[in-house]
Amino acid sequence: MALDSKVPKGALKDKWTDYKNKINLVNPANKRHIDVIVVGTGLAGGSASATLAELGYNVKAFAYQDSPRRAHSIAAQGGINAAKNYQGDGDSTYRLFYDTVKGGDYRSREANVYRLAEVSTNIIDQCVAQGVPFARDYGGLLDNRSFGGVLVSRTFYAKGQTGQQLLLGAYSAMNRQIARGKIEMFNRHEMLDVVVVDGKARGIIARNLVTGEIERHSAHAVVIASGGYGNVYFLSTNAMGSNVTAAWKIHKKGAYFANPCYTQIHPTCIPRSGDYQSKLTLMSESLRNDGRIWVPKHLDDVKAIREGKKKPTDLSEDERDYYLERRYPAFGNLVPRDVASRAAKERCDAGFGVNATGEAVYLDFAAAIIRYGTEQAKIKNINNPSEAKIKELGKDIVKAKYGNLFQMYEKIVDENPYETPMMIYPAVHYTMGGVWVDYNLMTSIPGCYAIGEANFSDHGANRLGASALMQGLADGYFVLPYTIGDYLADDIRTGKIPTDTPEFDAAEKEVKERIEFLINNNGTHSVDYYHKKLGKIMWDKCGMSRNEKGLKEAMVEIKALREDFWKNVSVPGGLNEMNPELEKAGRVADFIELGELFAKDALTREESCGGHFREESAETDGPQKGEAKRNDKDFAFVSAWEYKGEPADAVLHKEELEFNDIELKQRSYK
Amino acid sequence: MNLTLKIWRQKDSSSKGQMVDYKVTEISEHMSFLEMMDVLNEQLVNSGEEPVAFDHDCREGICGMCSMYINGEAHGPDRGVTTCQLHMRMFKDGDTITIEPFRAAAFPVIKDLVVDRMAFERIQQAGGYISVNTSGNTQDANSIPISKHAADEAMDAATCIGCGACVATCKNSSAMLFVGAKVSQYALLPQGQVEAADRVKNMVAQMDLEGFGNCTNTGACEVECPKGISLDNIARMNRELMKANI
Repeated sequence: MALDSKVPKGALKDKWTDYKNKINLVNPANKRHIDVIVVGTGLAGGSASATLAELGYNVKAFAYQDSPRRAHSIAAQGGINAAKNYQGDGDSTYRLFYDTVKGGDYRSREANVYRLAEVSTNIIDQCVAQGVPFARDYGGLLDNRSFGGVLVSRTFYAKGQTGQQLLLGAYSAMNRQIARGKIEMFNRHEMLDVVVVDGKARGIIARNLVTGEIERHSAHAVVIASGGYGNVYFLSTNAMGSNVTAAWKIHKKGAYFANPCYTQIHPTCIPRSGDYQSKLTLMSESLRNDGRIWVPKHLDDVKAIREGKKKPTDLSEDERDYYLERRYPAFGNLVPRDVASRAAKERCDAGFGVNATGEAVYLDFAAAIIRYGTEQAKIKNINNPSEAKIKELGKDIVKAKYGNLFQMYEKIVDENPYETPMMIYPAVHYTMGGVWVDYNLMTSIPGCYAIGEANFSDHGANRLGASALMQGLADGYFVLPYTIGDYLADDIRTGKIPTDTPEFDAAEKEVKERIEFLINNNGTHSVDYYHKKLGKIMWDKCGMSRNEKGLKEAMVEIKALREDFWKNVSVPGGLNEMNPELEKAGRVADFIELGELFAKDALTREESCGGHFREESAETDGPQKGEAKRNDKDFAFVSAWEYKGEPADAVLHKEELEFNDIELKQRSYK
Repeated sequence: MNLTLKIWRQKDSSSKGQMVDYKVTEISEHMSFLEMMDVLNEQLVNSGEEPVAFDHDCREGICGMCSMYINGEAHGPDRGVTTCQLHMRMFKDGDTITIEPFRAAAFPVIKDLVVDRMAFERIQQAGGYISVNTSGNTQDANSIPISKHAADEAMDAATCIGCGACVATCKNSSAMLFVGAKVSQYALLPQGQVEAADRVKNMVAQMDLEGFGNCTNTGACEVECPKGISLDNIARMNRELMKANI
């Protein structure tokens, strides 16, 4: 099948408007006869469920958690971008579009990104109307802050809990529709396969996680909003249950998987402390507004700090290397995430890591505390304030801005970040790759859509901070509800989709056989044993920097791991009961398959772009020496993989990327 | 450190449960409480026993899924944390730790330490929203200024994570802190005031229907709340209810 992105013709800024003017609509009376399944209830799935139900469709929403409010969007901290230009600092739809395409290292689809920037302002209006308590200034208007990779302040926030507040907004909109009976909510349910009838997605097979029952659910369209696959690394900032299963199942039934190797390693996470570690905790990028990142200049200071003979606060300014400010004077501490992460790895690989594992750098707020304190002293008319007074005033401001993050850090690390710099290190955070979708957000299975982090379309090879929330809500509130109507207009006379058909029988049989096999396997190793092994291969060989040799090894090792898993995995408990180990086993089995495709994709992409850094493709001299080297001539395409039985046999389809409204340049933040 | 764990085991909602003793060894003080539980479960899986079921997901204190009653306190002995943020440095070598599910008539046990909190969902569905459709054509976000004070106070109420610690810790199993937080968030914002009267009446009615107890102002909920939701929210809810009924 040829890839058709279905991008409308016409000028970039008119595409979405023209498209909306011309698509098919479904009249309100007919919407009542159409069912839509939404898998996942984070920002994308939650907002889509609510909006589709408001429009009149019958929605069946599925979440593996006990409530839609628990989806991992809830953990997003820093904020949401929108081109409101409330600060009057030169922002515009075009500039948000430009920053996003540039930040994504020119590997995203222009038309999708422009549409995202266009609807971004609607999101803020909608959320305020829903009662989302965004931060405000003393005049009562909305406040903004800056995120990495941009030169304007366009990020709206609710303390360090923006994702929580936006998700609760979508959740409240869902609740209104659940109460009306327009959304049927299936909590503690997991989708285990998609059902394709006559080439169209017509339902899913799900497992009730409380009773273990395997259920059939039919609909006229299926929307996958199940998030990203960062847990392929075992350790990530994702929730423990975050998984690729829904996305992977549709891939195996015909949906192409795009750019799996584009992974975001977030620069500011709390470093790992031991082998027992179950997950990593993010410290919001917003901290880089005020925090300065450094390591000691001299290795003997590093040694003294690791041995506890010196404290970071003992080092004078001259003895510190603010390496981001040194290397990237224009953007300083606010370079994009991929750049900041690689720079931290470079310093730590050179031996400058400041904790026992050698994998940590400092994020220091001392300068911000003094700066804010001095300003406050002026505002409060305090003449000749003492240093202690300035610090006190400054700490209050820092606390108001980042209090919950500082508290979180202190609880985990047992150190007070107001007094001593935080220690941070990069960790897997987000996956830009995902299910391939066209302009309508439809996958290569007709009637099957993918939205939010689960799809690939908007962030290219690197996502800018505060853009995930924007994309999730844009897809769910403002894009999918239009595009899905164009497809469903053909279904107004179809009637209810029956579940007693051979297609449902076959899908259910396949699901049952697989979980029965897992339960009856009586192997020797726990599921976590395999997940940790997979994570180690991924981190070592498909992590922050990649090379041909490592990737080839990774493919071989992951394949061997998969074979071992199916021979020797042990899953206790029974089928017809709540069984968390069985849930994990199914997810890890899918992660192992995805991991192999991931390595293959990374191997095929012989260039460095965004989060994908190939050691063979770096600038060798000039002012950009050591920086990533993109290859637009040979690699300005989306890699869309078609499943062919084994992950390694996947067939590559290329969607060539065309840039008509933006000039391809080397991404420089110097 | 080495620890003895007394854990509530219950096969399913219709079976009878009991406390069972387990030993864990070489627990690091840097582990989170749930990582300690992971160690126990790995141990159980490797010896062919069924691991302890417990709810957890984000493991950073925001999803509200984790819900253990540890040594007689919801989310354990630390303050301002969820179970997943509780660290083993709060315990010492040789301790015996008692671990139970969040107990309340309205939160039936599903399995081991997992409880059913659907009652909270139904309360939210009764009125925990502002009736506005998605159109993208609502007025500009800055058209109604909201005082920073009101916005901040609404935000403080809105940080509730819906974990149910307030209910588990209250001697009356009252859900008033949970309901009060949602009622307050909207009552403090102009967008929420339009349907404030119906909201508070409907949410309180549903709360009573679910079998939660009343508030007798002991304040235990505020102490155990991982997000520091203030008791003021209960007062505000009562005020809103009274206004609505006049």
